[in-house]
Amino acid sequence: MGAYLLRRLLQSVVILLGISVITFALLYMLPADPARMIAGRSATTETVMQIRTELGLNESLPVQYARYLARLVHGDLGRSYAQKIEVTELLSSRIAATFLLMLGGIFFELLIGIPAGILAAVRRRSAADQSVMVGAFLGVSAPQFVVGLLLIYILAYKFPVFPLGGFGSLAHLILPAFTLGIAGGGWYARVMRSSMLDVIHRDFVRTAWAKGLSGRQVVWKHTVRNALLPVVSMIGLDIGTFMGGVVVVESVFGWPGIGQLAWQAIQIVDIPVIMGVVMVSAIAIVLGNLLADLVYPLLDPKIRYG
Amino acid sequence: MKRSQLLVLVFVAIALVTPPLWGQSGGGRSSMVVAFKDDISTLDPAIGYDWQNWSIIKSLFDGLMDYEPGTTRLVLHLARSYTVSADGKTYTFKLRPGVKFHHGRTVVARDVKYSVERVLNPKTQSPGAGFFSNIKGASAFSAGKAKEVTGIRVIDRSTVSFTLDKPNAAFLHTMAINFSHVVPREEVQRLGTQFGHKPVGTGAFRLREWVLGQRLVLMRNPNYFLRGRPYLDQITFQVGVEPNVAFLRLQRGQVDVLGDGIPPAQFARVMGDARLSRLVAVGDQLQTGYVTINTQVPPFTDVRVRRALNMAIDKGRIVRIINNRAVPAKQVLPPLMPGYDREYAGYPFDREQAKQLLAEAGHPNGFSTVLYANNTDPNPRIAQALQQDLAAIGIKAELKTLAQSTVIEAGGTKGQAPLIWSGGMAWIADYPDANNFYWPIL
Repeated sequence: MGAYLLRRLLQSVVILLGISVITFALLYMLPADPARMIAGRSATTETVMQIRTELGLNESLPVQYARYLARLVHGDLGRSYAQKIEVTELLSSRIAATFLLMLGGIFFELLIGIPAGILAAVRRRSAADQSVMVGAFLGVSAPQFVVGLLLIYILAYKFPVFPLGGFGSLAHLILPAFTLGIAGGGWYARVMRSSMLDVIHRDFVRTAWAKGLSGRQVVWKHTVRNALLPVVSMIGLDIGTFMGGVVVVESVFGWPGIGQLAWQAIQIVDIPVIMGVVMVSAIAIVLGNLLADLVYPLLDPKIRYG
Repeated sequence: MKRSQLLVLVFVAIALVTPPLWGQSGGGRSSMVVAFKDDISTLDPAIGYDWQNWSIIKSLFDGLMDYEPGTTRLVLHLARSYTVSADGKTYTFKLRPGVKFHHGRTVVARDVKYSVERVLNPKTQSPGAGFFSNIKGASAFSAGKAKEVTGIRVIDRSTVSFTLDKPNAAFLHTMAINFSHVVPREEVQRLGTQFGHKPVGTGAFRLREWVLGQRLVLMRNPNYFLRGRPYLDQITFQVGVEPNVAFLRLQRGQVDVLGDGIPPAQFARVMGDARLSRLVAVGDQLQTGYVTINTQVPPFTDVRVRRALNMAIDKGRIVRIINNRAVPAKQVLPPLMPGYDREYAGYPFDREQAKQLLAEAGHPNGFSTVLYANNTDPNPRIAQALQQDLAAIGIKAELKTLAQSTVIEAGGTKGQAPLIWSGGMAWIADYPDANNFYWPIL
């Protein structure tokens, strides 16, 4: 296990490096001159040139990247072109909000998805099964922007149950987390259902029936617990994706997380901030994957990593 | 300025001057809540140059001159009086006595010199340095060849003079715009790059708190030098609010001003609703939208082709696309700008004449070209209308609707971008003098 962990960690570093190179190169190739954006309309060519020199924009791509990497290992992500604040400060002021939203989102995903999946599996081919599957499909397909705005309109405007977006209390968290939950819940429902169906046909379940255990015991004590395994690894992936910043939901609800930051930065081509958010997201996703893979053998003794 | 939302300037100006019409929420005599989609970039008067932070900075800082609220008339502000030399090149200002910065110190003439030099200093990277380039000694200072701008002289504690290279009728305007607003040297040096987030000025409001990405709160400056102002105790800027959600909050009374304006999709509904339309403040904006024609890319090298372009475009239709929130332009200056000529008819909308001109210039069957535009609504729709107008006289224009920064970049590259529609990026006056529009193009 130790060797496996080491291998995975090394792999993660390589992946993160690769992501940073690709993103940096893409941003470098963008036909937008940050110096000109900072300098403004009335700026003289000298001012623009000077800003370019100061920001090191005249250097070649490898040199610029090397400089970036050197600063990165010291924890310096640079300064936002637009706001002149350190990127680390911007990120740290927002990461807690995204973390909270991640927790809320996963909570609703599981709340909606797991019971739905179990129901669909246990009542296979019935009306309940069909409606769960259709519901899951709708949930996954519905654009989050539309769902979010609809929820705000109905549950915050027409009937003021929740606040109209924003941040600050549990009430503020419910609607955005629920919006995320609807989409993700659909996935979890389907995975749970197929996993349940897979487990139901296994020998040990047949044995349980044969032993004379009640339906409830067979389903809950034996089937569900085993069917949850793929779901657990999904949660790991989800943690990663959510921490990467859910741009749409954060923007609709005015949730001050790193997704909203990324969206604003992209619109004005604020390269240091974009790089910062991408790196944070990448780290989150890589770690989430790693977590999912590490947890799996803990739950299923048949799996061993060599 | 880069964006077309001077409306917010009107709103805030009104709020500062008239008793609050719609600003009520708990705590203090009165307060106002404004909702914005994006966080404010900076409150440093030497750096802030977008439509969002311009009026907020104006609330925190003051300049020697100012405008009568809601008009384009210059009035004295931090300056008690000024005189102009006989040759028109030297302006001497006497400061109003007893004006204090937010941190307590009294403003002196040296602060005025420091503030303008700061903008000219290349280290500040100020986008407004160009406005002061005609002050004597400014170029030497900006190039690093001099330690100070010799044209700005501190005569005594409350007197400062500016000497220009040439007389400039618009000079007083540059003493009214944000870039010349006075900052305290010791605070700037103490805070460094943080000054933009912890501004210290002389303005009607002081910064109370700024939670990045969430809200910016200004509170009344009790020592403001204009008696009885400001009227509001507090202004709260909520940031990160999606325009549609902001509109909902407005209707629930949680927000007083929509910082980004009415969401375009709701515009017709709002203007048609009796209750809502009364809440809309309408102001004329000093802006001109135009199509840039790159005279170095053939066939636009021929003036006849350029004239043909002008005559081919149905300007009335474009105005209709933006819900009649504009008038067709017959000249470079917008109607509110001093110098606008009501009599000038400009080029007519005449497709036949346009085709004739094209034929004369050697393109009887038209030609192909590329039209760039900003990809935010309504610009792609306007670009499509332009494309159709050009097609009617035989010009096949390929549309490239891209992000603002990309369009700007293409426009700045030699030999690229034959045509650009300026919408979303274009020309808003920095100050109300024709010089502001003509200076870059003459």
